[in-house]
Amino acid sequence: MSNILDIRDLCVSYGKVEALHHINLKVAAGRIVTVIGPNGAGKTTMLSAVMGLLPSKGEIEFMGEVQRAIEVEHLVAMGMTLVPEKRELFGEMSVEDNLLLGAFQRYRSGERDQAQTMEEVFRTFPRLRERRVQLAGTLSGGERQMLAVGRALMARPRLLMLDEPSLGLAPLIVREIFHIIADLKKTGVAILLVEQNARAALQIADYGYVLETGSIALEGDSRQLADDPRVVETYLGLGGRQKTA
Amino acid sequence: MTYNHRARRALYFCAPEPTKTMDLQIALLLGQDGIVNGAIYALLALALVLVFAVTRVIFIPQGEFVAYGALTLAAFQAGKVPGTIWLLLGAGVLVALIDATIAVRGGGLRRLPRIALVNLVLPGIIAGLVFWLEPGKLPMLAQIILALAVVVPLGPMIYRLAFQPLAEATVLVLLIVSVAVHLALVGLGLLFFGAEGSRTTAFSEASFQLGTLTVNGQTLWVLGASAVLIVALALFFGRTLYGKALRATAINRVGARLMGISTTMAGKLSFTLAALIGAFSGILIAPITTIYYDTGFLIGLKGFVGAIIAGLVSYPLAAAGAILVGLLESFSSFWASAYKEVIVFTLIIPVLVWRSLTAHHVEEEE
Repeated sequence: MSNILDIRDLCVSYGKVEALHHINLKVAAGRIVTVIGPNGAGKTTMLSAVMGLLPSKGEIEFMGEVQRAIEVEHLVAMGMTLVPEKRELFGEMSVEDNLLLGAFQRYRSGERDQAQTMEEVFRTFPRLRERRVQLAGTLSGGERQMLAVGRALMARPRLLMLDEPSLGLAPLIVREIFHIIADLKKTGVAILLVEQNARAALQIADYGYVLETGSIALEGDSRQLADDPRVVETYLGLGGRQKTA
Repeated sequence: MTYNHRARRALYFCAPEPTKTMDLQIALLLGQDGIVNGAIYALLALALVLVFAVTRVIFIPQGEFVAYGALTLAAFQAGKVPGTIWLLLGAGVLVALIDATIAVRGGGLRRLPRIALVNLVLPGIIAGLVFWLEPGKLPMLAQIILALAVVVPLGPMIYRLAFQPLAEATVLVLLIVSVAVHLALVGLGLLFFGAEGSRTTAFSEASFQLGTLTVNGQTLWVLGASAVLIVALALFFGRTLYGKALRATAINRVGARLMGISTTMAGKLSFTLAALIGAFSGILIAPITTIYYDTGFLIGLKGFVGAIIAGLVSYPLAAAGAILVGLLESFSSFWASAYKEVIVFTLIIPVLVWRSLTAHHVEEEE
C-alpha cells in the first residue's frame, strides 16, 4: 500500500535545543497510525513541523511529493489537515461559519460543494447540526472537539492529523470521539493520531509509534505494541490497575 | 485642520464677538458639520480596526491614503499627471522583483505570470489610462474610479514591502515601521503634489432647505456614501467567505492558517480595504475642504481616537466613537476655536482611563 505521508530523518530544534531527533514515520493510505508517548516527548512538535508551522530539517514526503519549502496553505490545499491540541476554533463565529472556513482552501480553488460536505459532517456529528447557529465559543468541550474535527473534514483531507483529541474530555465523550475516529477510517482518509491515552489510541489504530524524549523508542502493529511488556508497563499498566481498582 | 473653515466663517457671521451665544440654528449647523466630519472619521476608524485586528499593525499611514486619494483626483481635474502614478509603477516593480526572486529560489516558477500580471501589467494599464485618457475631461464617476485605481493598489504593495516580512513581529515593532511608512508617504506626498492645497469640484451643486438649516449636496453625498460603504463592509464580513476569512484571522491566526487562510493573503486584503476606505474618504471630503499633502495625518488621527474608544476591536463602537469625535470637534470650534484639536485629542485620556479600568484581559481561546 502506498504511503500518504513519509517522514525521513526529521529533526526540530528550539534554538540550540533539539526537540526531535531523526524521526522516521510512515502513514499508509486509509490507515490509522498513532504516536503515543508521555507529556513533553515532542508529539505536538512533530505534528507542527509536519504541518509547516515550525521549521525543521529532514525530508517530508506527502502524497508522493517531497515538500521542499513547506507552506501550511500549500499543504492544506494538497489535503493535509491538523486538528491542533488547543482546537483553535473561531470562538466568536457560528458553528456553521467555522465549518465553512474549514473548506476555505477548496473554495479558493473553485470547488462549490461545501453544502454537501457540511451535510456529511452533520451526519458524522449530529450534535453540530443542532448547534449550527450557536457561537463556537459557547460549546461544551466535547462539542468543541467535534467541531474541530468536523472543520478539518470540511477540507476533504487525504491525511487527518489529530493532536490529543481526548485532552480534557470526560471518559464517555472520549469513547464517543474515538468511535467516530475509527469510523472515519472507512471514508478512506488516513489518520495520524497523537495521544497520551495509549489504551484508547492503540485500540483503534493499525500501527503505532512510541515517542520518548524526542526519539522513536518503539514501533509496530498496534496489537503487538499493546502486548509489548515495555508499553504495558509504562503506558498501559497504570490504566490497567485503575481498571481493576 | 482646514475643513471647518466653512463652518467657522458661517459662525462668525451669525455669532457676533465677543459674547458667543448658542441658538438652535448654530447648533444645527455645528451638528451637521460634526456629523459630516464624524462620518469620515468613522470610515477611517473602521479601516484602522480592521487592519489592527487582522495584522496587529496600528496603521498610522491611513491618513496618507486620504490625502493621496483627494490630491490624485485634484491633479486629474487640474489637468496634471499625479505623482502617485510613479509611486504605483515603482512599488509594483519593487514588489515584482522581490516576489520573483523568492519564487525562482523556491522553485515556484508557476507563480511568475501572476506576479507580473498583478505588479507590472495592471499598474501599467492604469498608468496608460491616466496618460492617454485626459482624466480631467471624463465624467466625475470615471475620474473617481481612476483615482481609486491609482491609489488603492498601493495598499497591498505597502503591506508586501513593509509589513509582510515582519508578520510575526511584536505590535511595537510593527508600530515603528508604521510610523516610518507614514513619514515616507508624507514626504512623497510633498514631492508629488507640492505644498499648496487643492480642492475638487463638488459631486453636486444642489442644496436643500431643511427648516432653517441649509444642507448642501456634498454633505448628503458624504453621509450617503459613508453609509453605503459601511453597509457594504458589514455585508462583506458577514456574508462572504473572504470576509469571514479575515474575521477568522483576526480571531485566531493559527486556526486560520490551518484552514489554509494565509496570513499574507489576509494582510494584503485588509490593506487593500484600508487603502480603498482611505482614498474614498479623501475623495468625499475634497470638495468641502482644502487638502494638503499632510492633511491626512490629522484626519487619520481623529479616526484613530474613535477607534481607540472602541478599544480597536469593535466596529460599531468605533463608528460611534468617531461620530462623537466629529461632534466634539465641531462644537469645540464654536466655544474654543483655538483649542479645538486639544479638546479632541484630550478626549483620549479619559477614554484610556475608562478602558484600562473596565477592560478585562481576554484570554486566548481555551
